[in-house]
Amino acid sequence: MADEYKDVWVYIEHKDGVTTPMSYELLGAGKTLADALGSKVCAFVIGENTDEIAKTAGHYGASTVYAIDGASFKTFRPAAFAKAAATLVNKFKPDILLCRSTTQGQDLSSALAGQLEVGLGSDAINLQIDDASKAVKLTRAAFGGNFLATYMNTKSKPQMATVRPKVFPMPQLDTSKNAEVVKESFSIAEDDIRTKILQFAQSETSVNLVEADIIVSGGRGVGGSEGFSVVKALADALGGAMGASRAAVDSGWIPYEHQVGQTGKTVKPKIYIACGISGAIQHLAGMRTSDCIVAINKDAEAPIFKIASFGVVGDYKQVVPKLIEIFKQKAGK
Amino acid sequence: MKIVVCIKQVPDTEAEVKWDLPKGTLKREGMDSITNPFDEFALEEALLTKEKYDAEIVALTMGPDKAVDVLRNALALGVDQVCHVNDAAIAGSDTLATSYILGKAIEKIGGVDLVLCGKQATDGNTGSVSGELATRLGFSQLTFVGKIEEVDAANKKIKVQRGIEGGIETVEGQLPAVVSVLKGINEPRLPNLMGIRKAAKVQIPAWDCDAIGAAKDKVGAEGSHGKVVELTTPPPRSAGEMLKGEIDEMASTLVDKLLDLKVIK
Repeated sequence: MADEYKDVWVYIEHKDGVTTPMSYELLGAGKTLADALGSKVCAFVIGENTDEIAKTAGHYGASTVYAIDGASFKTFRPAAFAKAAATLVNKFKPDILLCRSTTQGQDLSSALAGQLEVGLGSDAINLQIDDASKAVKLTRAAFGGNFLATYMNTKSKPQMATVRPKVFPMPQLDTSKNAEVVKESFSIAEDDIRTKILQFAQSETSVNLVEADIIVSGGRGVGGSEGFSVVKALADALGGAMGASRAAVDSGWIPYEHQVGQTGKTVKPKIYIACGISGAIQHLAGMRTSDCIVAINKDAEAPIFKIASFGVVGDYKQVVPKLIEIFKQKAGK
Repeated sequence: MKIVVCIKQVPDTEAEVKWDLPKGTLKREGMDSITNPFDEFALEEALLTKEKYDAEIVALTMGPDKAVDVLRNALALGVDQVCHVNDAAIAGSDTLATSYILGKAIEKIGGVDLVLCGKQATDGNTGSVSGELATRLGFSQLTFVGKIEEVDAANKKIKVQRGIEGGIETVEGQLPAVVSVLKGINEPRLPNLMGIRKAAKVQIPAWDCDAIGAAKDKVGAEGSHGKVVELTTPPPRSAGEMLKGEIDEMASTLVDKLLDLKVIK
């Protein structure tokens, strides 16, 4: 492989020009890889006006920010962004290119990988530089979370990967650090973009399970949709998100967007509280790497207790309201 | 309108998957295979679209001989035609090679307006193939779709709702398009006995790489850039502490333990 490919690039995602600190999180993981290779961590951003984002990326540690501005790039659209990104990649030749495994990161990376005809590793939970080949070793969950697969691409560059949100530490914000900004021009005809955003409706019950620090989930054992109001009360009291098992979703008690497991979302919160969830393989695959798992279940034999950090044998209908009451007392709320 | 539904055969999600870890291959003996659960929603969406607008549905899969099972299931549900790409050379394809093979097959099918896929497969879990496929074919890329509002084949337009972080985005795209659907977009039907009987009798021909015009060096392990170099089981997670006492006592202990983690704000 020609070593004209250098540096680690991180994609900075935004929604109509607005970023959150999480948009910059991969500059942390990118820096670790760049340090191991003796190269630089850079950011790339595509948008209508990227000046502020480029500046902030510098504060989060990017040494160079590559940017493409244009009215066509106001809102993320895969064809437009992937073609713009391909121009940057073809010109500057990054060694490694990382996107978050959000809907936008997945859309961009798959379109870009298809365009460049290079491999794509997805949803990394660990990234490491292989000593011998200097290639990235990417660890990811396969079969839900029942297996860990280590993936490498030694055939093409850039080595592309999406990275699971919140797995790597956030980079430090340091406003004294600034990046060199390289602006490239690229334009694309509206017809070649093929899609048009008509509307965005913010969800009232916006569930962002993947980014939640605390998740309270309910399963078959909560008995019905009413049961989820108890689960929700605890989630609200703790400032967490509400999850569910497949059994509960398939019974129609709660919408699919709440589902945790192999056919739902894979989550890694700091606290995961499972109420009335027995712990089918399907469900465990999606939450077993949570930092602290609490299981509340009537059945002392439920498999969930085998992986729980704390187990409470009891009826969630009695335990959960008690938890809320005691929590409010102790936390002074 | 012509619709292609891409379907994958995966190990049963209810069963414990067993690997021959040193070899890095699946222990397939005694393990049931099913249609990728996410693809069932794509298949149902194709059937619903056909009922609404009149369309021809082609179900497409790639994989070994056994993969015909998922096509028979699709036939039993009422798809019009099935295509099976089966060639020893395609084994070990990564998402790049897979999207190449599916793209070649879709070009061979020809005149396709809409390609429907599940959001991801439950074995590889990448969710990358639909985007790579759209790009390779030059079709519109519409992913994470929770509702198809309208398909206007005459004017080559499709309107969908995408479930993205924080809300729902309504997008209009040009046809042809690749649409990946979310679970919950519909309720997949089950095949009836007559459908199953009819499907059992259908001869399903296999296409090899030559038949779809796929270059051998772009498929299978050889055509793949990514390689799984190691496969392990995650570190076992052992049981922690079972709390004791009456409910009040357990709840109180638990609250203390959770507050100690300093996560709750």
